[in-house]
Amino acid sequence: MAEMDVSSGGHKKGPGVKKSKKLSTRVDLTPMVDLGFLLITFFIFTTTMSQPTAMKLNLPKDVDNPDEQNEAKESGALTILLGGDNHVFYYEGKLSSDGSNFRSSSFSGDSSIRDVIIRKKKEVIRIHQHTSSCAEIWAKNGNNENSCKDRDLVVVIKPGEESTYKNVVDILDEMAINVIQRYALVDISPGEVQLISATEAANPAKK
Amino acid sequence: MARPKIPRKSTNIDMTAMCDVAFLLLTFFILATEFKPEQAVAVTTPTSVQKDPVPPEEGVLVSISPDGKVFLNIQNPERRQAVLEDLNKRKSLGMSDAEIAKANALPFFGAPVTQLKSSLSVPADKYISASFPGIPAKDSANNEVTEWMQSVVAAYKGEKMNLLLKGDMNSKYPYFKNVITAFKKNNLMKFQMVTNPENVPTGTELFLTPRKKT
Repeated sequence: MAEMDVSSGGHKKGPGVKKSKKLSTRVDLTPMVDLGFLLITFFIFTTTMSQPTAMKLNLPKDVDNPDEQNEAKESGALTILLGGDNHVFYYEGKLSSDGSNFRSSSFSGDSSIRDVIIRKKKEVIRIHQHTSSCAEIWAKNGNNENSCKDRDLVVVIKPGEESTYKNVVDILDEMAINVIQRYALVDISPGEVQLISATEAANPAKK
Repeated sequence: MARPKIPRKSTNIDMTAMCDVAFLLLTFFILATEFKPEQAVAVTTPTSVQKDPVPPEEGVLVSISPDGKVFLNIQNPERRQAVLEDLNKRKSLGMSDAEIAKANALPFFGAPVTQLKSSLSVPADKYISASFPGIPAKDSANNEVTEWMQSVVAAYKGEKMNLLLKGDMNSKYPYFKNVITAFKKNNLMKFQMVTNPENVPTGTELFLTPRKKT
């Protein structure tokens, strides 16, 4: 208890000694507890519990000669385009001249870009044909069949002028989340910019 | 019928124990807290599922502010000195040794190369990112980040360098692109982007398979 024993231990006072008034030494501790918890709350909120993490990115060397550039198989190519306002668009294989395979997606919710990537990856694994170069990769990875099946899948990321740094990091993160081995960051082409702005103009409310 | 006698109990609760607990917790949090290090440039980083922490060694930090200004921060003072000397010589800025030493004490660089000398006269309490235009990186023709990185590469003389890129969530992609173009031009092919951790979404491939050690 928050009180002190102030009784004088059975010592009897003489008849002439005035009896002093016994004051209670009990202190109300409630405000102090309030203050304590207030400070705790403050410290919890100002603390950074999590350390920042680092996302590694290796850039490829620019190849001037187009003959030396890697060719991606059309069946395994998925191109993701980033527009303004967190819009995501994609197309598989080559972009058809009338833009009919140009689709719109989003970062979250139904038919999100993650679902598209997962579906595409499954598709690539399904139609995968075994080759000798694939066998080499198997051997390297302890005969793990899955280490080669998704080799044909190449995700091409084309961020537009209006997309933000967050969008780029998010989409690179999707590559990590869905374990995509091969992806590339490529400049957007004028035709694709037009398609994006046309789609955005057609349905402006779509997020 | 006689009412059962309910003993009258005091409604006073002893707060001492609770007070003890509160202050014990408080002490713990004060001691366990590490305050956020003072940031020269206020940047809110995006989140990623990456697990590796930012390497603690000194490095070269390139920040991109929300409005696309690029700032450079070289953490090692000796390297910073070398970068400034190299830049002074290459771009013939005409800075004296004393001026270079003064520039070396700056928390970050965020002015066009030609304005570096005049930015020395800015008082220390006014030296905040808002009052600077940033290192020009808007268009590829006038990308001064390339110049800075060239000096950085020269200062490190091929030694291992920790290149960090800290972009704001809301900065636009073209600035980021120009910065990585500047890296590429100087053969800096590896860098790390500073992000905040986030949980791996459940059910995804990364969630189901054990993460490879990198």
